[in-house]
Amino acid sequence: MHPQRQKRLLAVIAIVLVLGAALALVMYALKQNINLFFSPSQIAMGEAPSKTNIRAGGLVVEGSVQRDPNSLAVSFQVTDFQHSVTIEYQGILPDLFREGQGVVALGQLNEQGTFDASQVLAKHDEKYMPPEVSEALKPVEKPAPVATPTYY
Amino acid sequence: MSWLWFHKLGSPKWFFFWSKSWALPVFCIGCFGLVVGLVWGLAFAPEDYQQGNSFRIIYIHVPVAMLAQSCYLAMGVAGLIFLVWQMKIAPMFIKAIAPIGAVMALMAMVSGAIWGKPTWGTWWVWDARLTSVLVLFLLFMGVIALQNALEDITLANKAAAIMSVVGLINLPIIKYSVVLWNTLHQGPTFTITKKPEMPAEMWLPLLIAVVGLYCLVAGLLLWRIQSEIILREHRSNWVKQEVMGNGL
Repeated sequence: MHPQRQKRLLAVIAIVLVLGAALALVMYALKQNINLFFSPSQIAMGEAPSKTNIRAGGLVVEGSVQRDPNSLAVSFQVTDFQHSVTIEYQGILPDLFREGQGVVALGQLNEQGTFDASQVLAKHDEKYMPPEVSEALKPVEKPAPVATPTYY
Repeated sequence: MSWLWFHKLGSPKWFFFWSKSWALPVFCIGCFGLVVGLVWGLAFAPEDYQQGNSFRIIYIHVPVAMLAQSCYLAMGVAGLIFLVWQMKIAPMFIKAIAPIGAVMALMAMVSGAIWGKPTWGTWWVWDARLTSVLVLFLLFMGVIALQNALEDITLANKAAAIMSVVGLINLPIIKYSVVLWNTLHQGPTFTITKKPEMPAEMWLPLLIAVVGLYCLVAGLLLWRIQSEIILREHRSNWVKQEVMGNGL
């Protein structure tokens, strides 16, 4: 390669590497702010501030969803399989909200350690499959639901 | 290995006549592939067991999101080539591809928002993936702005090239944002090491739509570079001949 071109190439690579390293350090320092939500373990360890708006996320524990028959109030637990946190929410849940599904809730931790949510978002995983396949994958002993939920 | 083809690419004249024969066939193949992929995906592919029919927007969202990143990668490489080898064609390439990339990034965000509302429950959330794609869009806009705002063409070329190269840092951030941080956006469905997390009747139309959109954009790009060449080389004899001869 022509020596002058080689010099320019090295200069460009150096600039990109230095800027990349600087940005990587900034993002490492801001890691906690870039994370969208606190996991139940982080909340249990006291890493999450209370009485200020934060997001908490995890999987909804099977059988933990309790709905108030007279209002839209609902309470459920989310877990990361090490710790879990109880979330209380009043409002309409997204269509994909169900037990075993990932959710992200925006709200505040109160003194009792439960999480008062003002917004609940559903998180879905990266797996996609047709309804027939998901039916076939279900364990046999479990009674199948009456109708497959569809969202048209 | 002979580098002749690489140096030939640097000649606007050679590139003009080479791309003239390629633009239309590539564009037509792209349109065909995109239509086949979209019709198959939107009408015939099975619905998702959880999301139902709203999952089908994946056939639009994934192709445009891939193209947005690929356009930026190509633009960054062109910027590097201009800064190191000073090829005449590279800034024309950057100028031609930046608006296409910006449109793709915008479409990725809009289709993602339309997908996010029924599934997540929100149009937008400031998580790492969505924010880094917004940065990608702004980088495209920045390159467009730099190239148009600077009167001095050599300065404009250089500034746009530097910005294209520096912005390459954002690409790994977009790619790994869902792995490095907690995000609302789900992880990658397609990885090199593992089998895709969806059956073939779902990913085959997606693959066809992706390849189709790549070809469609390549065709558009070749046409845009051709007009940029005519604009910038209008003083040279071969362009005068070409314009007079074909009555362009």
